[in-house]
Amino acid sequence: MSQMTGIRDTAENITQGMAALMADAHLLAASISHGAHGRRRQGEGEEFWQYRAAISTDAIRDIDWRRSARSDDHFIRQHEWQNTQSVHLWADRGASMLFRSQDDLPTKANRASVLALAISILLAKAGEKVGPMDMADPPKSGFVQIDKVALHLAQTNPDQEFSTPARKHMRQGQKAVFISDFLGDWDQIFEGLSYAANQNVSGYLVQVLDPVEEIFPFKGRTKLFSVNEGHNFETLRAQSLRDEYREKLLGRKEALQQLATKTGWQYYCHRTDETALTPLLWLYQVLGGKT
Amino acid sequence: MFGLENISFLSAPLLWTLVLLPLLWWLLRAVPPAPIRIKFPAVLLLLGLNDKETTPDRTPWWLLALRIFALGAIIIGFAGPVLNPSNTKVSQKYLVILMDASWASAQDWGKRQSKLTEILRDADQNTRPTVVFKMTDPPQNAEALNFTTAAISLPRVETMAPNPWRPDFVQWADYLAKQEIGFDTVWLSDGLYSVDREKLLDVARSKGSVSIFEGENPVISLSSPTVKDSNLNVIAHRSWAGNVADITAHAIGPDPSGVSRALASVTAQFSNDEDQVDLMFEMPADLRNRITSVAVEGQRSAGAVVVTGDTVQRRKVALISSTKQQESSNLVSEAFYLRKALVPTADVIENDLKTALLADPDVLIFTDVGSLTKVETDAVSAWVNAGGLLVRFAGPKLAASQVNLEQERTLLPVRLRAGGRSVGGAMSWGAPKKLQEFVEGTPFYGLKVPDDVAVSSQVIAQPDPNLAERVVAALQDGTPLVTQKELGNGRVVLFHVTANAEWSTLPLSGLFVQMLERLAVSTSGNLEEIQDLAGLIWKPEQVIDAFGHIRDATDISGVDGTVLASRAFSDDLPPGVYSNGGRKAALNVMGNDEILAKTEWPAGVPVLSLAKATQILLKPHFLLLAMGLMLLDIFASLWLSGKLTKQFAGQIILIGFVTLFTSSDTVFAQTDRVSDDKISKLINNTVLGYVITGNTKVDAASHAGLLGLSAELFKRTSVEPITPVGVDIEQDELSVFPFLYWPISESQRSPSDQAVEKINRFLHSGGLILFDTRDAHLSSGLSGATPNGRMLQKIAARLEIPPLEPVPDDHVLTRSFYLLQEFPGRHRGANVWIEAAPVNAQKLSGVPFRNLNDGVTPVVIGANDWAAAWAITQNGRYMFPVGRGETGKRQREFAQRFGVNLIMYVLTGNYKSDQVHIPALLDRLGQ
Repeated sequence: MSQMTGIRDTAENITQGMAALMADAHLLAASISHGAHGRRRQGEGEEFWQYRAAISTDAIRDIDWRRSARSDDHFIRQHEWQNTQSVHLWADRGASMLFRSQDDLPTKANRASVLALAISILLAKAGEKVGPMDMADPPKSGFVQIDKVALHLAQTNPDQEFSTPARKHMRQGQKAVFISDFLGDWDQIFEGLSYAANQNVSGYLVQVLDPVEEIFPFKGRTKLFSVNEGHNFETLRAQSLRDEYREKLLGRKEALQQLATKTGWQYYCHRTDETALTPLLWLYQVLGGKT
Repeated sequence: MFGLENISFLSAPLLWTLVLLPLLWWLLRAVPPAPIRIKFPAVLLLLGLNDKETTPDRTPWWLLALRIFALGAIIIGFAGPVLNPSNTKVSQKYLVILMDASWASAQDWGKRQSKLTEILRDADQNTRPTVVFKMTDPPQNAEALNFTTAAISLPRVETMAPNPWRPDFVQWADYLAKQEIGFDTVWLSDGLYSVDREKLLDVARSKGSVSIFEGENPVISLSSPTVKDSNLNVIAHRSWAGNVADITAHAIGPDPSGVSRALASVTAQFSNDEDQVDLMFEMPADLRNRITSVAVEGQRSAGAVVVTGDTVQRRKVALISSTKQQESSNLVSEAFYLRKALVPTADVIENDLKTALLADPDVLIFTDVGSLTKVETDAVSAWVNAGGLLVRFAGPKLAASQVNLEQERTLLPVRLRAGGRSVGGAMSWGAPKKLQEFVEGTPFYGLKVPDDVAVSSQVIAQPDPNLAERVVAALQDGTPLVTQKELGNGRVVLFHVTANAEWSTLPLSGLFVQMLERLAVSTSGNLEEIQDLAGLIWKPEQVIDAFGHIRDATDISGVDGTVLASRAFSDDLPPGVYSNGGRKAALNVMGNDEILAKTEWPAGVPVLSLAKATQILLKPHFLLLAMGLMLLDIFASLWLSGKLTKQFAGQIILIGFVTLFTSSDTVFAQTDRVSDDKISKLINNTVLGYVITGNTKVDAASHAGLLGLSAELFKRTSVEPITPVGVDIEQDELSVFPFLYWPISESQRSPSDQAVEKINRFLHSGGLILFDTRDAHLSSGLSGATPNGRMLQKIAARLEIPPLEPVPDDHVLTRSFYLLQEFPGRHRGANVWIEAAPVNAQKLSGVPFRNLNDGVTPVVIGANDWAAAWAITQNGRYMFPVGRGETGKRQREFAQRFGVNLIMYVLTGNYKSDQVHIPALLDRLGQ
């Protein structure tokens, strides 16, 4: 019995998180769909391309009778040739992402998940296939997939201090979106990203940072812990470290940018105290631009 | 500096640790503040960095200062600072506490008691053997000092009362000088100068250190009242001239209905440098004669009360002569002698008998009146029977009238022989007769018979069986000179000579005046003016206690006149009014020649004030300060480390608000008084009221008590009272309350005249006051032995309260709702008093109680502290414990039942008593 309620509790917790995530993401996504990029939703991503005269090899069922009736010839309605995109998403939900410096800010993980889900929704609306990178299934299209993605994103893994990009087999030409703070060990991050880059996918890096991580506002004797307290650093005068830290952070950003330049990827840095719309817009544009 | 000389330290060496404070400063600066712990995901980026700064971040200077101050306060606190240290060093282990305990101490007796308690507690803590002496009680001679632990004396302090006289310092000096051991002395002096005080001080100083406590206010006393220009005149003294002070005195006497009340009041003012002021009461002679005492308002001491005795009373004497304005010279008329003798001390009426009787004289004097008509005889007899004094002088007419030849007449004490006799005249043998010494037991006993008084003519009494007992003065040959007999409540006295010098030289002598005085024809209540005190037994009528309360003396035997004149007050001779025959002598605390003066203590003797707390231990204050600083430090540290979050601050503010709100809530309850806009609410509801005494604790208990009673009424009966209301009897309208609870508190002020009038109106119009002295645990109640009991007597004396009796078994109060036989409160056992039942109350057959008719008792008086038994808190819990266990529960239940019964009684009157008529009603209905 208790086990059952336990399961039920967990389930409710998960779905609740998911619902909230969905709500946020839908809200975010809706604000874009109403923008300049409104697409027609007629058909299953099928777009009218041209009518051409039917030739003998064409099957009879392909003939467009309505168009043919207006003339003596038979016409065949041809669709736009569409190649659906598969987009792999990775939103870092490790312990370091579960941080927020102020109560009125979202955690980085939350922001990352919302971004990931929102772009999923937009892509799904456009008929693309989406799928989390840390889920074995290949990307799929349709709104059922969105629910799955949401359910998956609602789960965090706080045990892992810094998580690395998931390794997943992706086919060439597919797209991969990495949303993380990229504050973990650089070698591991580099290795994880390289794995994806080596599969010849086009990648998009979104670095999500808390304002505190950019500003480093600490003063006096301070002991700094990582979220799981796995690492710590003590300083007697925190303010004297500020400049050096900022340099280090800039270094990390530049390293990411360099990596992107080398592999033809794209990099974007986002702070949680800014609106989530900007990175979403950027993502939407870069993803759409490649389409 | 700020009076630093007033501070000393119990353990001064500890102060040296203050030197360490700079060290602490350095130390606190050296040690960095505790690190702030912060979560920071980007910590990995930092890992390679070097901390270039080696000096740690510093604690801000103000936080350092805060901490140093806190520590300093702790050090100073533990060093035990004492404000106003007593300079008396403990030099001896033994402690003697001398209390003047005189009437002059009575004014601030409460303060003295608390000071004594304080001293005893202190002695108890230091385990000093202690003995307390009331110096107005004589020392028990030949006994060594009986030292005990102070704790034994402590419970006695409450009931200790001063005596209405001054201590005999010589006696005490001798007594203490005899002691062999040394001791320290604490002397609670009344502050009045006495020649012998220094002697006692010297003795005490020779035994050990002495410290003295005195009151701060001058002692006020009144001199004996005198009559000046037909006004009553009293001089008020004070022991030292200080600032300007108003003084109000009341002349008190019975009003027409016999109740003692202030008949006149006078306010005067001590100017700056004056230590005495005249108080002049202007009033008609009739009113003045009724004055029994004069008291200073607001003073609780025997010195501020004087009784008048006969001092201000002048008898109305009617002189009736048989002859109207004779031709002969006025200088030899009988009336002339009497007038001369009486006018200084009495009001003399000279008129015909009929008119004189209308004026209701105290004394009627007939000078040689022979026969009276039947009408006149009856009128005079009736007057004498009612308590008049008829003094008759013989004369030719009486001798010739043969009025009493055959049988005794009403208005003559003896039968007279016809004609009388003359001796020593030209035509008779023998020399004029001298007077016999006065015999003991006669009114004249003790008067000295002068040699030159001689009697040459007299009327002679017939020998009779009862002649001997009627003779009060006789000549040397045994023939009566003065005879008297009792007639009803009055007396008839016959001088067997004339009132002029024709028959004897008696009227020419001083003896004549003294004899008239003895017969209470003329009166003088001043001890100094009563020349013939000696040999007479004076019976105390009223005595004054040290607090200035006058009560009837019942348990004190009479004293000899010489003792009275010695003014050697003791338990056997308290100040008051003493009577002998019809005369009343006033023995006041202050003699006429006594003057108040302040004690001048020699230099070097520490004189401390009663009011000022001698020693204030500042330790708790300093420690509290330190604690406050540390609390501040907590907040400051929190703030510095960024942990003083909004939520936290919010909680603190919330707690602060809650504390403030609750405290202001109680304040609100206290000031919950009757205002005009509330009256309509009070009228529309049943509400119980309690009298605000000014003592916060008592008032809170009253409020809670009536709240509890209201709740019980609500629960058990159809009476649904609203929240009880505190009543200021001086200001508030009483008529809206059916019931007032009046706890007696010693600190209470006596109600003003207006308030008394208002209360009386309240009682007359059907209100009921429950007086509660709350001290049944101290005495069995209402004996006046407890401070509250005395206070109640003082208050109640001015109210129109009918005769009282303990609640009889069949009173309605025992069955107005519950059947009760006792009325316990927090205490039990004390009688509860109510208006006495009519004397002729009959018990009807078949009914278990008497027919007491209507009328609700206006007062219920008890001592059981009911409010405490009823009292509940706002949460409905009982505030005070009552008894123990089940018995206690039961007692509380009965206390509540009493409350319910009482309110039922208040609201329904004697409705239950009407049950006596039920048999008759049923009978009439034919059942």
